[in-house]
Amino acid sequence: MVRHIFISAIFFSMPFISWANNEYDFEHEDSAYSLNEVQVTAQSYKEVIPAQTLQGQQFEALRSHSVADALRYFSGVQIKDYGGVGGIKTVDIRSMGTNHMGVFYDGIQLGNAQNGQIDLGKFSLDNIEEISLYNGQKSDIFQPARDFGSAGTLYLRTKRPTFADTKHYNVKAIFRTGSFGLANPSILYEQKLSENINLSLNAEYIYANGKYKFRYKKVFSDGTIAWDTTAVRQNGDIESLRLEGGLFGRLNSGQWNLKFYYYDSEKGIPGAIVNNVWKNSQRQWDRNFFTQGSFQKKLTDKYEILVNAKYARDFMRYLNPDTTLMYLDNKFWQDEIYVSVANKYSICKNWDTNLSIDYQWNTLDATLTNFAYPTRNTLLVALATSFQWNGIKTMASVLGTFVSDKSIVSSGTGSNTDIFNQRNEVTPALFMSYQPYIEFPLNFRAFYKRIFRMPTFNDLYYTDIGNANLNPEFVDQYNIGVQYSKRFDGFISRVLLKSDAYYNNVTDKIIAVPKGTGQYRWMMMNIGKVKIRGIDVNAQSDFRLFKDAKLSLNLNYTYQKAQDYSDPTDNDPESGTYKGQIAYIPWHSGSAVARANWKDFNLNYSFIYVGERYHNSSNIRANYEQPWYTHDLSGSYRFIFNNMQLTATLEVNNLLNQYYDVIQNYPMPGRNYKFILKFEI
Amino acid sequence: MKKFTYLLFAMLLFTACREDDEIFIPESINVSNPEFTSITGFYLLNEGNMGSNKSTLDYYDCTTGVYTRNIYGNANPDVPKEMGDVGNDIAIYGNRLYAVINCSNKVEVMDVATAKRIGQIDIPNCRYIKFHKGYTYVTSYAGPVEINPDYQQIGYVAKVDTASLEVVDRCLVGFQPDGIEIMGDKIYVANSGGYIVPNYENTVSVIDINTFEEVEQIEVAVNLHYVVADNHGCLWISSRGDYYETSSRLYCYDVRKKRMVTSLDVPVSDMCIQGDSIYVVSAGWSHITSSYNVTYSIVDVNLKTKVTDNFITDGTDAKIKMPYGIAVNPITKEIYVTDAKNYVNPGTLYCFDNDGKLKWSVRTGDIPAHFAFVGEQTIQNEQ
Repeated sequence: MVRHIFISAIFFSMPFISWANNEYDFEHEDSAYSLNEVQVTAQSYKEVIPAQTLQGQQFEALRSHSVADALRYFSGVQIKDYGGVGGIKTVDIRSMGTNHMGVFYDGIQLGNAQNGQIDLGKFSLDNIEEISLYNGQKSDIFQPARDFGSAGTLYLRTKRPTFADTKHYNVKAIFRTGSFGLANPSILYEQKLSENINLSLNAEYIYANGKYKFRYKKVFSDGTIAWDTTAVRQNGDIESLRLEGGLFGRLNSGQWNLKFYYYDSEKGIPGAIVNNVWKNSQRQWDRNFFTQGSFQKKLTDKYEILVNAKYARDFMRYLNPDTTLMYLDNKFWQDEIYVSVANKYSICKNWDTNLSIDYQWNTLDATLTNFAYPTRNTLLVALATSFQWNGIKTMASVLGTFVSDKSIVSSGTGSNTDIFNQRNEVTPALFMSYQPYIEFPLNFRAFYKRIFRMPTFNDLYYTDIGNANLNPEFVDQYNIGVQYSKRFDGFISRVLLKSDAYYNNVTDKIIAVPKGTGQYRWMMMNIGKVKIRGIDVNAQSDFRLFKDAKLSLNLNYTYQKAQDYSDPTDNDPESGTYKGQIAYIPWHSGSAVARANWKDFNLNYSFIYVGERYHNSSNIRANYEQPWYTHDLSGSYRFIFNNMQLTATLEVNNLLNQYYDVIQNYPMPGRNYKFILKFEI
Repeated sequence: MKKFTYLLFAMLLFTACREDDEIFIPESINVSNPEFTSITGFYLLNEGNMGSNKSTLDYYDCTTGVYTRNIYGNANPDVPKEMGDVGNDIAIYGNRLYAVINCSNKVEVMDVATAKRIGQIDIPNCRYIKFHKGYTYVTSYAGPVEINPDYQQIGYVAKVDTASLEVVDRCLVGFQPDGIEIMGDKIYVANSGGYIVPNYENTVSVIDINTFEEVEQIEVAVNLHYVVADNHGCLWISSRGDYYETSSRLYCYDVRKKRMVTSLDVPVSDMCIQGDSIYVVSAGWSHITSSYNVTYSIVDVNLKTKVTDNFITDGTDAKIKMPYGIAVNPITKEIYVTDAKNYVNPGTLYCFDNDGKLKWSVRTGDIPAHFAFVGEQTIQNEQ
């Protein structure tokens, strides 16, 4: 049983053992892919604590994945994955819960006032250039107030057009196919409109029947098989269309962009596999539209302004057509308007301040009886300052959040009453880093942040379940860490080592509790308490193997003790939930990625490990969930054909065909394949 | 740097590997002294939260005082995905144990001595079960399918031959029928209308057992749940209320006089009748007081009044978070109360003596709820 892990360990230790003393002559580091390497035009941020980032070649190798799959390579991140192409995938950072993660798309937050969760399965990496994940917040002061408002922050940045010297347009077409009946074409067109304005258009279509084999089995204590069942996952089909367009402009010491985004999908909800039920029939439709713009300019030597605005409309329909169950056909519409102004003023060379003011308006409409039709007005004011002196960088911010909700309470007899609810919070954050020696790239960092998540519209107003008296759910984060990062000219060309230890204290956690009289009546209450103690370790290294050949390694390890402190009376030493590890959080998890380039060949291997967990904070045998780990392998080759540049990629995921559940009764696919062909003109 | 990397591997090696899932070996706990009566023990059905597939079966052996948790998997190691999702009712007929597994759309039929599976009766969205002369009658929410967007699903009672385990007939009743009782040659079914909220059902359907046709609908109150017969020709019917203005109540209907005799302000989550007493537990959230209203009541069927609001006399009720199921031993009159807590944590079973003093308690599966006594007087199952 230890075998697979051991093989991985050997695989990754090998370069250190056998090649550590080899010396070769090298060309420049990025030669293998320099042909099409994207030059990132973004300004370098003066961050106190840098992000975990996927970009460039490292990102290329993972490009066929969804955003959620790519995030598995970050430390401190747990993905809740319900399996399949269209299955819901949400991200939980440092065990604080998915609602604490803010997701930003080209600098503006993706909202979901209804349930606060962004389904990352919806976003493909097709048009994305960089993913950055920050614990706490991006420790840069020049940003909208919204960016100060989450416990963890994920930035997705789409590709900005760049053109080779004489070119005025780029075309990139990709076709993906493989397991799950996948047909996934996409096209990207970029046009240079003028010296300072570029256009980008992107369309992607996905169809998958979502069928895959899964297997459940149990054995006797002597290892002989008790039962062993293989079936095909049903109702996991998806059809979706994504259209995106953007105008990108450069100004004299500034820039602007204007974007639109449209996503339309229909999918099956495959549901839980339970005894005697191997198929479900629920369906979901999503239609998301947003348009957003951003303008940034340095007006004087000391003053810089950033203006953002967005309008979003989301539609969701949930259908349960199974008439043996409660027939449901619910539709939800959300609207959002958002405007933000950030003003940075440099007091002196190493002392900056920023004032950001955001305003946001959200509504939710639904076809539910006795629905509350909530409207929310949010005003966010953030004041931040950063200071730099010798090896010390600090940043302090304070965020004021002023939320007022209006909802309608119907008495059932036709008379409706407007209810107003106001919630005001002021929360601080402090980030520091210290590099003792300028020449030696060793960096110490620490941060403290107090933040909360507002109760969502569902938490507050969902018919029968919602509880309008909820308070925000708070989290206090404490983090200390160290980082060493250096580039070399020898066999080892780059080393990055970093580690953080953290303590998160979640209070007033919003959880569903039963209302009594039968199983199907729940409501939301502020009664959860969770304390999380964790360590993240990350090691990255690049090697020059021989001429034109490069190897990169990235190892991540996370230890988390996430204890449930909600109910001190439930303290039975064997089965009590008090101080038990919370649901689905493994003590140990990690990943390892190895990437090798040689000329136009590229080979990528990745290993993901999620250790043993329990699906309830009562850590008893009946609630035990097995560890799981997958090995993924992909190889690609790039060549020129008829003046087109072609890249062909073959991917084998879950190479050892492990059948596992991330969430109890939601089986994940076994070994699966993908073939990708990319054309570029 | 190398050291650092090796440290990383060392940490990885610390971590466990995936192993084959083993059949769950039942856990036995000695909770009490042996007692020898004609009741030799009882089965407790844990519902398990919806979608968890964690409906489990526990057994208490009165003759040894040993409580055994989660016995189904070990008794039936060849059944994929074990007993199923959301157990809703359990009963014994002859030498067979019947467990109604709501979200697994089946009634699991087992040997009463060993809990070994004999077969299953496929009934979608099945709810409660009763027996009569070689047939079993099961309520189901899942009526005939019609292509009509405004169609509301009517429920039915399935008539099942206990020899062949085949559904031999169906009788349509009201919307979302729950509790079922047989008295004389009539079947009484409490219709809830839980899927057509807020326009709940308010009737009890009366089925002639010989023709197996609905002959009458008795209007009672909204959102009915249980119906049980006493020994004096009356039906005791519980209404869940609408969770807003109309609260949960207990109604008494005289079958011979064909009229409602009384309506008591006794909220009901679960109830059982033993002799001339109805034992009731209730826990419901009140939006008015922002707290749970918890009661442990006894109703005298002769006096037709509530005798007590709290039959627990030693303060144990302070420990119970969410009273969910109740049963009374027909011989010893011991009272069993289950605590479902927050529905996802393991529950607790409390055993009280006839004076309401705690005898013992034990951890159960998730959402412990339904009982079936083994031995003489098995007729006195919960409802």
